Amino acid sequence: MTMRTPLMNLLLGERGTQIFLAVLLVTAIVVPILHLAFDAGSSLHLSSYTMTLIGKYMTYALLAVAVDLVWGYCGILSLGHAAFFALGGYAMGMYLMRQIGPRGVYADPVLPDFMVFLNWKELPWFWYGFDMFWFAALMVVLVPGLLALVFGWLAFRSRVTGVYLSIITQALTYALMLAFFRNDMGFGGNNGLTDFKDILGFNINAPGTRVALFVASAVALGLGYFACRYITLSRAGRVVQAVRDAESRTRFIGYRVESYKLWIFAFSAVLAGIAGALYVPQVGIINPSEFQPINSIEIVIWVAVGGRGTLYGAVAGAVLVNYAKSYFTAAVPEFWLYALGALFVLVTLFLPRGVVGLADRFTPRRREPEPEAVKA
Amino acid sequence: MVSVLLLAFVVQARAAQNDALAQALTGLTAEDFPTKTDAATAVAATRHPNARAVLTAMLEGNLHFRTADQRVFIVQGDDPLTLTDPLTMQAAGSGATADFTKITTNNRLRKTLKGLIAGFDLSDPDAGVRLAAVNEMMRSLDEDSIVILRARVDDEKDDKVKDAIDTGLALADLDSDDADTRLAAVEHLKGNLSPDVYNRLKRLTERSDEGVHAEPDERVRRGATVAIASIDNWRQIYGGVETLFFGLSLGSVLVLAAIGLAITFGVMGVINMAHGELMMLGAYTTYVVQLAMPNHIGASIIVAVPLAFLVSGLVGVLIERGVVRFLYGRPLETLLATFGISLILQQVVRDIFTANNRPVETPAWMAGSWQINEALSITYNRLYVILFMAVVFAILLFVLKKTTLGLKVRAVSQNRAMAKAMGVRTEWVDALTFGLGSGIAGVAGVALSQLTNVGPNLGQQYIIDSFMVVVFGGVANLWGTLIGGMSLGVVNKVLEPFAGAVLAKILVLIALILFIQRRPRGLFPQKGRAAEA
Amino acid sequence: MNHQRKLSGLATLAAAVSLIAVSAANAADTIKVGVLHSLSGTMAISETTLKDTVLMLIDEQNKKGGVLGKKLEAVVVDPASNWPLFAEKAEQLLVKDKVSVVFGCWTSVSRKSVLPVFEKNNGLLFYPVQYEGEESSKNVFYTGAAPNQQAIPAVDYLMKDIGVKRWVLAGTDYVYPRTTNKILEAYLKAKGVKQEDILINYTPFGHSDWQSIVADIKKFGSAGKKTAVVSTINGDANVPFYKELGNQKISAEDIPVVAFSVGEEELSGIDTKPLVGHLAAWNYFESISNPANSAFIKQWKAYTKNPKRVTNDPMEAHVIGFNMWVKAVEKAKTTDVSKVTDAMIGIEVPNLTGGTAKMLPNHHLTKPVFIGEIHGDGQFDVVWKTPGLVPGDAWSDFLPGSKDIEADWVTLKCGNYNKVTKKCSGQNYE
Repeated sequence: MTMRTPLMNLLLGERGTQIFLAVLLVTAIVVPILHLAFDAGSSLHLSSYTMTLIGKYMTYALLAVAVDLVWGYCGILSLGHAAFFALGGYAMGMYLMRQIGPRGVYADPVLPDFMVFLNWKELPWFWYGFDMFWFAALMVVLVPGLLALVFGWLAFRSRVTGVYLSIITQALTYALMLAFFRNDMGFGGNNGLTDFKDILGFNINAPGTRVALFVASAVALGLGYFACRYITLSRAGRVVQAVRDAESRTRFIGYRVESYKLWIFAFSAVLAGIAGALYVPQVGIINPSEFQPINSIEIVIWVAVGGRGTLYGAVAGAVLVNYAKSYFTAAVPEFWLYALGALFVLVTLFLPRGVVGLADRFTPRRREPEPEAVKA
Repeated sequence: MVSVLLLAFVVQARAAQNDALAQALTGLTAEDFPTKTDAATAVAATRHPNARAVLTAMLEGNLHFRTADQRVFIVQGDDPLTLTDPLTMQAAGSGATADFTKITTNNRLRKTLKGLIAGFDLSDPDAGVRLAAVNEMMRSLDEDSIVILRARVDDEKDDKVKDAIDTGLALADLDSDDADTRLAAVEHLKGNLSPDVYNRLKRLTERSDEGVHAEPDERVRRGATVAIASIDNWRQIYGGVETLFFGLSLGSVLVLAAIGLAITFGVMGVINMAHGELMMLGAYTTYVVQLAMPNHIGASIIVAVPLAFLVSGLVGVLIERGVVRFLYGRPLETLLATFGISLILQQVVRDIFTANNRPVETPAWMAGSWQINEALSITYNRLYVILFMAVVFAILLFVLKKTTLGLKVRAVSQNRAMAKAMGVRTEWVDALTFGLGSGIAGVAGVALSQLTNVGPNLGQQYIIDSFMVVVFGGVANLWGTLIGGMSLGVVNKVLEPFAGAVLAKILVLIALILFIQRRPRGLFPQKGRAAEA
Repeated sequence: MNHQRKLSGLATLAAAVSLIAVSAANAADTIKVGVLHSLSGTMAISETTLKDTVLMLIDEQNKKGGVLGKKLEAVVVDPASNWPLFAEKAEQLLVKDKVSVVFGCWTSVSRKSVLPVFEKNNGLLFYPVQYEGEESSKNVFYTGAAPNQQAIPAVDYLMKDIGVKRWVLAGTDYVYPRTTNKILEAYLKAKGVKQEDILINYTPFGHSDWQSIVADIKKFGSAGKKTAVVSTINGDANVPFYKELGNQKISAEDIPVVAFSVGEEELSGIDTKPLVGHLAAWNYFESISNPANSAFIKQWKAYTKNPKRVTNDPMEAHVIGFNMWVKAVEKAKTTDVSKVTDAMIGIEVPNLTGGTAKMLPNHHLTKPVFIGEIHGDGQFDVVWKTPGLVPGDAWSDFLPGSKDIEADWVTLKCGNYNKVTKKCSGQNYE
């Protein structure tokens, strides 16, 4: 470590991170080439389906990294991160809806179709500004971030911890889901936002736009990953880990535990929001079922399967579980829930440190000390 | 001589009645409902001693006719049908279902039939039957029924029945040409909460678009206005009572769903995401029990309760022995593992029972409602759920506080190492505690089978609410769960009329989040050292 | 012909061998049929049956020698009641598995989710469920009822035959009930019903505590005028709703409920006692006696090896859709989507209730409408039916936004043509 600059340490200081970086780079470069450079008939061609799927996994991976940051490093088990993800997605979705303009079904120049159909005469105030990309992008960051700040301020200040915190984060996302399901809220109700046409003036279904979204997801994942890694390596990051391992002791030493938790929670929410914003244009729909409490639990499970407390583990878990899901739902549609359920049980029982823990066990060289036993 | 003549007369009259009934019965075999309605009215008009039985059989779908000769029979059983001749009420052999056509009814015809049957029941010896008959006739008050009621009123000895008849007659009197009769009728109806009375009185106070009063007499109008004000007042009070009842019943469902969790989560610290699925197993157990005893639906629920406890309890013990015991001290990981188990359990029932909902019948003693007065009725199934919850709660409290098992459970949850040192077999206690919590979930499932769908998704609907209740009430405190669940239910139902069902729930959730900020350990926090762990 | 069939049989065998030997990509000798119905999650209740129906139809068709001399091969995927997953799986079927046609979706949101995918990849979707209308895509054929084929006839029946004067429009809060109720509200008002005689209520999915709402309905219905409930309450919420109605002693004789989402399949999961006499409006009932229907019911029971399985309206829609697709493919002599969609228009196949379903230029069908009363055994007694077939109307005439819009894929070549501005909008292709 002595010979390395801080930047190099950040990028390459860990075997898992090295692998992650290599895989991410290769994916971000090779996938678009395979998609664009080869014809559909060629055996080297990568279909837009596969590319979109990988792009989707990358946004999930970013979300998993965000959850791992608060859970793996700070010991806050948030069962509400799907809410931040969905809010970011909705902000992006609202922008995309406004971009449809007069090309909607009812050809209303301003109002999205679902409002015309509900007989709304004018745009509700909270839809203003979303016709501009910069505003929507700002909201992608601000809305989840502010919600996390307010919620976190209330919760951490009064020292709501452990399971209690998990349950009220779940209540938060549940309440938001119910609210967004209401058609009267002005977010499209159960159908949510869909039928997008353009993003920044480009046709959202054009191969070029797809590639751009894919690359953007890869870049966001890379940046998000290293931002988290930077935080965990920083001084503040060590305090955060101290909070995870012994909250009271850290407080008695004199650290303001609440503010550390608050900021890391808010940052994580922002990352989740960005992941959601990238997810929506790729899958083409955002609706309230993204707020489902079960989704939040699933994210936690990705992290657990991958290996909590290691960022690359979170990435690996997100990709692995989602690939398994995509595969099982097509290959064995009748039995996939058994496979998935069994996976969760077995991983928790036999791989407390996730699949990366398993990988470490079979790797003789060990550069880093074992992450401390993580206790919630 | 006279008696012989009389007898002959009776025989002759009976023969005439028989002919009339036979004549009317042929009308019932018609295809269209208006003809059938007329025929049914004709059956009643014969005043034949069997007419009531014919009409009842028709109402219940037990009146068939032989397709070959159009002869009508009262039938019983499935296939072959046991036949009864409606004219003589004698057994008439049996026949294959395929040879018979059922005389179908529709809503309107059923309503007519009920009214006609009620006309017969007015002279029933049982006062309860008479009262039901009068109420039935009140649903569709017409001139015919008024005549029947007027004929009955002086013979009626029972006060309640007489009151009901008087109300019906008073309603009829409101149409009288004589203002004093109308006034007397209004006076009579003053304290009556029935919606028919309310609507009728309301109409007296209305004005047409040209400003002409519907009721010409000033005194009658004033009387009606006063009566309406008083009824409104009472209705509001009873409405409040009703809302409270709704809240308590919702609350008791929440408590039932949460109380098993209060044990597994509260006492043992296991976040059991499969708790909902254990309830689901209880509900399916009820279904299976009903399949096994199709002729004793009434008793099936009683049988299902202990069985559901055993089934869910056993599955719980299996989960504990197979998975959870390796995860003690890592509560958040129990969440993940049990979530996996919940997926598997859902798929298991999907494969055994298909993805469709299963029909669980409501026993007769749980159906319907207890009509306290015209403005307030309480549904039996909800009432029983509240009572059931109370019983389950009491038993659980007894087990935990007064039995050796309870003592050990508390000991292990407070200080595992010490309990072990004192010779408590902690492993055994863990398994039993988890089994107890799971068994209670199964019992809750039996109750839920009476209220909602029995399907693979049953558990998911309640799991979040259950956790909220436990956390709100304070972990490891049964009383907290009880009070927490009940107050959440009541608040929800009080808000619902103003905010709508969804908004009410959202508001409750937000209130809950804010409440936890104020009291991070719930309504009744655990005290002492264990709380710090 | 026989010879040809033998040859094709050999070809299929060869294909099967090569499939094992080489890879799935080479199996061009079958025609792939995608099945996109949720097998898990909340919608599995309704959709699993439809998956089985399509598999049965494919089986049957293969016994008859397949289509164009090729066997049909089903590709079943599970979108797990997850709407984005619907889009993903649709893309997988179209791009990866290269299916010729897809039978799928139940909820409106799932259809909306896959719609861009089908339009982008020029796929072909048969959508078998009654829905809110307000849509006509080049790539979708709507074999379920449009609102004018279910809701409006039902209200007509209640108004004319039952004399209903006061209306409760109760629905689950999503787009189908919202649109249907909007159409009905406009329709009722046009018929002179006053605002105070209409009560509209929305509840969330899976709503289970109906005490307050049923009490409200009871109060609303006790105002001295004949009242009916028009229910667009979705799936799971129905059981507790009807139970509560029964327990609060609201009988079908006093306040009948006419439902648009409760069919034989749903009733098979309900204790039907409290429901007897309530109504449902559909384009098909299992109880309608007709040789075609009896044969279908028999086939279904044999296929599922379950004498208690029931049939329902969306199943009939798939039967019609499937038969139409087979006919269109044979007419076009190819499975090429553009050619098949052109061939589809005007195709007629017998429905299961004795009439003829015809594919209209707006991609909707002609259908009869039946009103049935629920019977104790979970079946319906038909109490009323439309005199003739009702053509499906994609764009409702009772909604201000859509009354000027027309769908016609023959002359206008547009699913969304505004007659006033003379423009075709909202399309995702040139």
